[in-house]
Amino acid sequence: MSNPAYGWRVDDIDTDEMILNMGPQHPSTHGVLRIELRTDGEVVRAARPHIGYLHRCFEKHAESVDYPGVIPYTDRMDYVASMGNSLGYALAVEKLMGIEVSPYVQTIRVIMAELQRIASHCIAVGTYGMDIGAFTPFLHLLRDREKILDLFEWTCGARLLYNYNWVGGVSHDVPDGFVKAVRQFLREFDAITYPEMIDLLIKNKIFIKRTAGIGVCSPELAVSYDLTGPNLRGSGPPRDLRRDEPYLGYENYEFDVVVGEGKFGPRGSCFDRNWVRALEMKESAKILHQAVDRLEKMEHTDVHEKVPKRVKPAKGEVYARSEAPRGQLGYYIVADGTGINPYRVKVKSPCFTAMSIFHVLANGMYIADIIALIGSLDVVLGEIDR
Amino acid sequence: MDAPSIHGRLKDRFGEKIVAFQAEALQPWAVVAPDVIAEVAVFAKSDAALAFDNLLCLSAVDYPKEDPPRMEVVYHLFSYEHRHKFVLKVHLPREGAHVPTVEGTWAVANWHEREAYDLFGIVFDGHSDLRRILLPDDWVGHPLRKDWVDPDFYNGMHVKPTPQMAERAMAGEKIGVGPFDFTPPNRHVDE
Repeated sequence: MSNPAYGWRVDDIDTDEMILNMGPQHPSTHGVLRIELRTDGEVVRAARPHIGYLHRCFEKHAESVDYPGVIPYTDRMDYVASMGNSLGYALAVEKLMGIEVSPYVQTIRVIMAELQRIASHCIAVGTYGMDIGAFTPFLHLLRDREKILDLFEWTCGARLLYNYNWVGGVSHDVPDGFVKAVRQFLREFDAITYPEMIDLLIKNKIFIKRTAGIGVCSPELAVSYDLTGPNLRGSGPPRDLRRDEPYLGYENYEFDVVVGEGKFGPRGSCFDRNWVRALEMKESAKILHQAVDRLEKMEHTDVHEKVPKRVKPAKGEVYARSEAPRGQLGYYIVADGTGINPYRVKVKSPCFTAMSIFHVLANGMYIADIIALIGSLDVVLGEIDR
Repeated sequence: MDAPSIHGRLKDRFGEKIVAFQAEALQPWAVVAPDVIAEVAVFAKSDAALAFDNLLCLSAVDYPKEDPPRMEVVYHLFSYEHRHKFVLKVHLPREGAHVPTVEGTWAVANWHEREAYDLFGIVFDGHSDLRRILLPDDWVGHPLRKDWVDPDFYNGMHVKPTPQMAERAMAGEKIGVGPFDFTPPNRHVDE
């Protein structure tokens, strides 16, 4: 087979591997992430993520400010779900100091954490659709996320980085009429947002064919790479800290732990991870319904009641974890008992471990599917690089 | 299993290599001799009674003021099967610290160990890919060590103005080129 016009034969075409750089500014890498792909034609033979472009020295900063001063820095790690970050930190320091907050503050924290979970999953599911070509669901979900941000802004004045969960309390009590506004949001969520998302994206045949069957992760592999949250539940194990090691009184709420079912292909595929996120929004709404009912009947206490004048834990160390929207967020805090600064703060970020499995799942995929894989792991680079 | 019985099981298997046990802490820990940490990891995962299949966190901590000064690597373990937790620690010298890798037991340790190497300079023997992870490849030093001093220059760029530079700038001299101009922010106060 030859083509004299071009002077080459098909047999002459070299099939060497090619190095392809994706990022650091690729629109679908969810931040400043660079991925080095070794490709053989369309097939990825090896992938190597390069992180650190967004490194802001969180752990170094944390050693140079006092305990409450760390909270604004935690907000900036996972900037899509700030409430979850500061909540995890506040819980860790409270555990270290033995502070028990009142049920009223606990209920407020649950409401904020679950609202944040819905807002975060709106972004996750919406941008996932957008990454692989479905633009409309993104707009619908962002529209509804705005309503949650409005609620946050009304409560604490900030729309993205809240500094809301303090050690021993929260920064502001909920405003008058907050419960009514949350109920209004939940009505709209149940009637419009959720069914729309399912119809437009999750049950879309093109979307299912595009995502079910790629990026399959077995439960053993997921546990070995310490995947947590929706990424782990997508593979099957029903592990949710809110159920397994309840904090903030989560044991008193009724909700289901959603797991990937492998309805349209092998279990643990990209579709399953995204499916878990989508259905989890409904469960969060369920918790919110119960929480606002309780908050209404509850006796109001001062939200600053347990906030210590001076946060100075005794010598000791703690590793505390909580279920953030992206998985288990762990804080390892060492207190030396003399200074008012933490001696050491280490963050185990769920996105960090999710990114570390990337090269395993990407092996043997098509280049186009890499985009679908990154989106399904739902990483936020601010939290990976810290 | 509670912490004392987990410690007892490790002690039965490894004897003197389990150097110390702190039971009174909020989360009890055991100190393991650095040379056996990889074997302890394999045992902790494969033993049916322990079954630590999940490495929650691997962190390094620098203690220059302790006697003797030391570096610690801390392993937080969790078992999905038995729902129990345990903490292992390894004490290392501050200079030239190296410890066997545990990435063969828990795959997630690969990136955690790279992070500890990057920020503390601890070398993990047998690691498959020990490179810097968060900082640039040409970075010099390990910033989370307690004796870290910020450098004045990075690749020829002023990172931090020195007192001498501040003095010269106060005297009206133009320091640096382009975006790295250094002008003290409080100059208008003096004028």
